[in-house]
Amino acid sequence: MLDLSPQQDELRELQGHLTILKVGLLLVVALLAIRLWHLQVREGQYYRDLSENNRTRSVILEPARGLIYDRNGVLLANNVPSFNLYVTLEDVTDREALIKRLVGLIGLDEASLRKRLSERGAKLLARKLKGGLTLREAALIESHRLDLPGVMVQAESQRNYPARLTASHLLGYVGEVSADQLEKPEFGGLHQGSVVGQYGVEHTYDRFLRGRAGQKVIEADALGHEKRTVEVQKPEAGDDLYLTIDLRLQKLAEDLLGGEAGAIVAVDPATGEVLALASRPAFDPNVLSRELTPKQWEDIVQDEGHPLTNRATQGQYPPGSTFKIVMAAAALETNTIDPATTIRCFGSYQFGRRLYKDWKAGGHGTMDVSQAIVDSCDVFFYTIGQRMGIEAIASYATQFGLGRETGIELPSERVGIVPSPAWKEKARSEPWLPGETISASIGQGYVTVTPLQMTSLIATVGNNGVSFRPRLIRAVMERTTGRLQELPAVARGQLAIRPETLALIQHALAGVVTEGTARRAKSSLVTIAGKTGTAQAVAARPGPEEDLPKKLRDHAWFISYAPTVTPRIAVGVLVEHMGHGGSAAAPLAKQLIETFIKLAPHEPLIADSPSPARSPMTVMARQEPRD
Amino acid sequence: MIDRVISSRAPDNFEWRYVAIIGAILSLGLLSIYSVTHAQPGSGVPLYARQMLWVVMGGAAFLVMLVFDYHKIARLSYLFYVVALVLLAVVLVIGKTSRGAQRWFPIGPFAFQPAEFAKVVLILVLASYYASSPREGWRQRVVLPGLIMAPGLLLILKQPDLGSGLSFLAIYVSMLLVVGVRSKALGVLLLLALMLFPFAWEVMWGALHDYQRERILTFVNPAYDPGGKGYHALQSRIAIGSGELLGKGLYGGTQSQLKFLPEGHTDFVFAVFAEEWGFLGVLLLLGLFLGLIMLSIEIASRAKDILGALLAAGVIAMIGFSMVINIGMTAGIFPIVGIPLPLMSYGGSAIVTTMAALGLLLNVKRRRLTLFY
Repeated sequence: MLDLSPQQDELRELQGHLTILKVGLLLVVALLAIRLWHLQVREGQYYRDLSENNRTRSVILEPARGLIYDRNGVLLANNVPSFNLYVTLEDVTDREALIKRLVGLIGLDEASLRKRLSERGAKLLARKLKGGLTLREAALIESHRLDLPGVMVQAESQRNYPARLTASHLLGYVGEVSADQLEKPEFGGLHQGSVVGQYGVEHTYDRFLRGRAGQKVIEADALGHEKRTVEVQKPEAGDDLYLTIDLRLQKLAEDLLGGEAGAIVAVDPATGEVLALASRPAFDPNVLSRELTPKQWEDIVQDEGHPLTNRATQGQYPPGSTFKIVMAAAALETNTIDPATTIRCFGSYQFGRRLYKDWKAGGHGTMDVSQAIVDSCDVFFYTIGQRMGIEAIASYATQFGLGRETGIELPSERVGIVPSPAWKEKARSEPWLPGETISASIGQGYVTVTPLQMTSLIATVGNNGVSFRPRLIRAVMERTTGRLQELPAVARGQLAIRPETLALIQHALAGVVTEGTARRAKSSLVTIAGKTGTAQAVAARPGPEEDLPKKLRDHAWFISYAPTVTPRIAVGVLVEHMGHGGSAAAPLAKQLIETFIKLAPHEPLIADSPSPARSPMTVMARQEPRD
Repeated sequence: MIDRVISSRAPDNFEWRYVAIIGAILSLGLLSIYSVTHAQPGSGVPLYARQMLWVVMGGAAFLVMLVFDYHKIARLSYLFYVVALVLLAVVLVIGKTSRGAQRWFPIGPFAFQPAEFAKVVLILVLASYYASSPREGWRQRVVLPGLIMAPGLLLILKQPDLGSGLSFLAIYVSMLLVVGVRSKALGVLLLLALMLFPFAWEVMWGALHDYQRERILTFVNPAYDPGGKGYHALQSRIAIGSGELLGKGLYGGTQSQLKFLPEGHTDFVFAVFAEEWGFLGVLLLLGLFLGLIMLSIEIASRAKDILGALLAAGVIAMIGFSMVINIGMTAGIFPIVGIPLPLMSYGGSAIVTTMAALGLLLNVKRRRLTLFY
């Protein structure tokens, strides 16, 4: 050695460590050799048999989808047995003959059958040709087994919604995962033919409901039919969901809408739990969860009533006079007016060369803000809107949750529009016109909202400014562990509005029902507070309301909560083209509220006037004794 | 410096053996790829012909890495590493996606995987770091090199490429072990974790609920497909097992010939080989790999300086780890993470970088004796 420097010493030491690598790799290679000896020599014959017969086929075992219940444990969605038709391409000797036989036997659509057979995929993995065979079809296939090499019928489960049209928008429906969806990470672990939620809660909570597919490897006979099971990996059922919905209220809400298009939403103001979320017209999720023919699908999509639209979360309507709640709060908070400020209403408001009319031809006389809410005086709000300006209005509307998502767990929630000069510049590339501020002041013009947003808004007002994210899921029952996991309420925040202002508005809203525009919602069971609205469906009207064709008539709004102190339910009603909120919407809310109270009469229901604000802490801590 | 030049002398016996083993493994790989793909209808150049091209290019890379003094190469290592990191970052943005992961650049008809390149560069950069560092205290031994490795590892996991990420870790841990960890306990722990990972995995993995596994697998690999993957694993096991002691003979692998076995030319090439060559063939192949590793360790333990010894150790770790994990996964004792079998699996980036790494290793050997001349 030339040099025994410390460097060299260290090199020697370091090279000594190489033994670790040497021994480690020797050890692991030896273990590999043992494993391979086991596979090839000890079990070699077994694998040789499998490979020589060349007859292992693989069948995916679909998991049972999680069940959905309402808040009281009433079943909303389950699975029923169904026969599905599969084919393993490897065993198909004559594809044309197979197509001909299947078309002849059970009347499959030839074009879609051809498409399915030519899709890419493993040849040894059975692929689904058709779901939901009738018993007769299944028997026909079974009796022609010998003519149908590679074809088999599997008994699997089909999604079923016992309540049919009830809560259809909320529950949604299921369908086969699409090729586009399979590309996305949230659908990882799925395969062609997997059934996933395509709408509603079925879609949003698919990751819970879905479960996990298993697989069965079978040894097939010469015709590709099962001879023996080689390996089974059992499927795991999905988790069950308990919704916040009370099916009784949901049904009632839907019945109240009857044949009219519209939406009714009921929430618990203290938790954000949605008690009912009705939208009409509805669809039958049982039909949509089966395989539809293109014709059937087209009929549903092109239906003029748009049954697939969830009007509660996706319908965007002008709020009409219900918007006056936001206006009153904004005016009081910006000190544009004080509670004693009065404005005289002669039935119209002149701005520039245009005359803005009040709904009451002769006018309301002299009004303060409270009275203006009770009687829904348009002129009062035209005036304060003009004084405040659109920016202040937009800022408060946003604070009240308009123009943004409520965050409910349903797909494609719409947010409506809170108009402002910036919005108009962006959306229309036009400057804001002063007259548009006046229209916006009574919830017309560009302002649009969803019924859920307005229900959430009135719930927040009733709950002294504390707002919760509306939510649909109370608890998830984990199938694998058997644990019932309760989901907590999610606070959204507290309105930055003085308690006096809220108290004044609450008082006025109670007055709307006792002596104002919503007298038809007055109940002997419980005190109700609310606000009516009548939203113009079209800006220009050719003649008096009564002569208009129905699709041009006004939408009726009523948003409310009850009892007036410590409210336990907030209800928003929107009925399309039914005219005045006071006559067409308010009575529906009253019925729903009364039914709710009768179902759970636990707390004091009649109060004289709104009490001073409760602290947000007690609001959040409040438990629910009613189930 | 005394250690300049020298490579013009004729290769010695040791070097011939080294090259012969590499050649033998490459040939077995080519045969297996030919066996599965020769009958495949397809347009353009057949896969085995392309692989031959890769082998030729790999040979060139081998020679390049042999000709220049490894000290010179190591001096550029940080620059190379920066280039590798940039490539790894860019591939995330404009790379080609295959089965949910962004891994490669298309360069004409070729696919370049920066992760493969990055592995060799990591060996270079860690070896240079340790060779020039005082290596005192755990900070200089463990933390700093860990920080050097981290950006590369994170970029690879972002693709996501679990296989290359594990290789990255294995290279780091092995080189750390060779440098020596003062704490014996930590050293032993790291060693056990690395070497017994495939087997320990089975135990830990088995303790998890199925849905937990599913979540983990879906997390690390979005393309994970329980139906498809269970199927692949079983078919791979059938292919290997049915080879029995003597194998079905070249081109006789019914599993692979009949396309029961997917990816027979890439990640599952070992299954094809095992089916056709049987357990005896498998022993031959394991012997060749073991021979390559032992010769490499020989080179490492006779290296004249720390840089050389660590370069050699890194290459051994990279090749040994890939081999173990790949064979383990085809034999069904390790989840399928997607690591190619060195020198055998089809794939240009892997072949070229592996051969470049082996060239580097031989470089260390060829300059070993210069000190004494």
